[in-house]
Amino acid sequence: MELPLLHLALVGTPNSGKTSLFNALTGSRQKVANYPGVTVERKEGFFVTPLGRQVSVVDLPGTYSLRGRSPDEEITRDFVLGKASGEAVPDLVLCVADSTNLRLTIRLLLELKRTGRPMVLVLNMFDIAARRGITVDVERLAKELGLPVVTSIAVRKGGTADLLRLTDEVSAKLAAEAEANSWRALSVAELRATQREADRIIADCVSLPSRPDTWTARIDAVVLHPVGGLVVLALILFVMFQAVFAWAQPLMELLNSGFDALGEFVHATLPAGLLQSFLQNGVISGVGSVIVFLPQIIIIFLFILLLEDFGYMARAAFLMDRIMGGAGLHGRAFIPLLSSFACAIPGIMATRVIDNKRDRLTTILIAPLMTCSARIPVYTLIISAFIPAKDVWGFINLQGLVMFGLYAAGIISALAVSFLIKFFMLRDYAPAPFMLELPDYKMPRLKSIVIGIYTRAKMFLVRAGTTIFSMMVLIWFLASFPQPPAGATEPAIDFSLAAIIGKALEPLLAPVGFNWQIAVALIPGMAAREVAVAALGTVYAIEGGKEAAEQIGQVLATKWSLATALSMLAWYIFAPQCASTLAVIRRETGSWTWMAVTFTYMLVLAYAASLVTYNVAVALGAG
Amino acid sequence: MTDTNDTRPHMPLGLAQRGYTGVIQQLSARQAGSALSDIELESRLIELGFVEGARVEVLHEGLVGRDPIAVRVDSITIAVRRREAMAIIVA
Ligand SMILES: Nc1nc2c(ncn2[C@@H]2O[C@H](COP(=O)(O)OP(=O)(O)OP(=O)(O)O)[C@@H](O)[C@H]2O)c(=O)[nH]1
Ligand SMILES: [Mg+2]
Repeated sequence: MELPLLHLALVGTPNSGKTSLFNALTGSRQKVANYPGVTVERKEGFFVTPLGRQVSVVDLPGTYSLRGRSPDEEITRDFVLGKASGEAVPDLVLCVADSTNLRLTIRLLLELKRTGRPMVLVLNMFDIAARRGITVDVERLAKELGLPVVTSIAVRKGGTADLLRLTDEVSAKLAAEAEANSWRALSVAELRATQREADRIIADCVSLPSRPDTWTARIDAVVLHPVGGLVVLALILFVMFQAVFAWAQPLMELLNSGFDALGEFVHATLPAGLLQSFLQNGVISGVGSVIVFLPQIIIIFLFILLLEDFGYMARAAFLMDRIMGGAGLHGRAFIPLLSSFACAIPGIMATRVIDNKRDRLTTILIAPLMTCSARIPVYTLIISAFIPAKDVWGFINLQGLVMFGLYAAGIISALAVSFLIKFFMLRDYAPAPFMLELPDYKMPRLKSIVIGIYTRAKMFLVRAGTTIFSMMVLIWFLASFPQPPAGATEPAIDFSLAAIIGKALEPLLAPVGFNWQIAVALIPGMAAREVAVAALGTVYAIEGGKEAAEQIGQVLATKWSLATALSMLAWYIFAPQCASTLAVIRRETGSWTWMAVTFTYMLVLAYAASLVTYNVAVALGAG
Repeated sequence: MTDTNDTRPHMPLGLAQRGYTGVIQQLSARQAGSALSDIELESRLIELGFVEGARVEVLHEGLVGRDPIAVRVDSITIAVRRREAMAIIVA
């Protein structure tokens, strides 16, 4: 007889390795990083035990208790207590502990026991505990706690073998044990008593060496130094943005010439006509102009992944706490905002770790101002076309410096907006507390970095192949039809729908220095920021005529004034050009209003910033 | 070990300098003036391991107002603001 699906749930304190375990068991690639609060959603996966039992396992956000103080903790609480709509309570709870730090998990486990769910304690990160000389009397611990205890090393091959074996054993005798749920929120006195009990059990079963992680202490002495720490943080960010420029250049040039050659090839082999134009101008000049930025995207993700896996993120949050607090931001807002450098969507999701509703909302509203990786193509294109690639003070690349300035502008305006929100809307505001565990540093693992980058690169390419491609088809179509009447002397594109639409919008955008080609590019750019680059590529490629296999950057350098270019950069610092971000804001805030507010305020800022930039630049003679 | 705790003056952890080591004597949320309610603050502190008898050491402090502080509590390091640390009475 086929046994029913066994339902497991992974519960534990933040950063104890639940997601690593989930990935090891199910072969998934959910995000793992070395700071508390990585997982903010429930994720289900499946596997088969050595004895052939079908298992469903659910990964949950980490939590210190079942009180559910923030949206992510509520997800865990509701799932464990079976309150989540349409969900059965798990058959077996795997309580995952960081073996180097059992105090908080054992207390959580004592609380979890009251739910009456069958449970197993998983002593994860046992490799680190062993290296530090921590020894655990597993049998005694199991007896004291009255439940099975097993060790595991989630990140090592075969490190979950014992857990798998135990799952088979335990699941065989489950059935009858359904106990009543006697959980209710613990009072302070009960909480204290549970922690005492946990400490007693640990004293009996665990022997700790008096040797803390000396590496962490040594690194922190520099990295958390009141002044030195901020210098290091600024340096890291600076190197990151320089690298995005300097390191990616050779690869990008290679890709660029690859696409050029491809364009030439298509031009040479296909007969002149619509198909040739579609492939050369629509697909290759359009989509190709976006794919060229893959190396830069990879570099920025490489930096962020390394910082996350190493354990630096929580330190950065520590250093920035008071500085961000001055702008009225919650200390826990730092990590979501830094993740937004990659993409605002995971950044906005990560705000679930913020317990205070208003703090969370403020963070969501400003997250899209952080320079996400989709802006990189736009920035790079314009910078390389208009800013000379010379060195300042001998070692700083001027283009990299401008890039850094754009990132800084995003950050400063985010802080300013947050400050204004707090000042005008939330006057009775008292600063929410900042309490964050600073995990020990861990050597970033090559495999997880490679997987992380692979996933992001794939996402980027899939986007290029779907969203961007379909927008490109649209743009190409608009820019190619209707075709000019026979004998017309003006460029063909002047008769197209694109030109008609662009010229209709031009008066609106003329004050900020945008021509009709930019106006056309901005509309599909609402779907995704990179599309604007692709759209410009296509529009100018068609306009340039059949031979124009020139790179889009060179075209822009001849067609735009410096003032227009700067105005475009200013526009992109602010413009709400991303449909998916707006959709996530609507989902996470549960309201259309906040989505509309974000859209409007960003659009107004974008227009104002461009207006000022353009007019100042023109006044200075850059028009 | 420091058995001199009885003789050392009690003080809030929120006033401790970097390098301070001591043992938690009691939690007193009313002294903190945190945005959280007394019960909530005390619960959170306990959930992070700040209970009576735990050894604490102030490892690092921030730049602005020497805030926040990174505190070693037995085997883990927790960052808290001084305002909340006022609720932790040490000696
Ligand atoms: N050495 C070692 N590292 C581990 C082990 N398990 C997890 N890690 C590392 O510990 C860190 C945290 O792992 P996660 O799986 O993200 O932890 P989590 O419990 O899902 O964290 P949250 O989602 O924030 O609650 C990562 O850097 C992992 O690489 C282990 O068994 N051994
Ligand atoms: Mg996780």
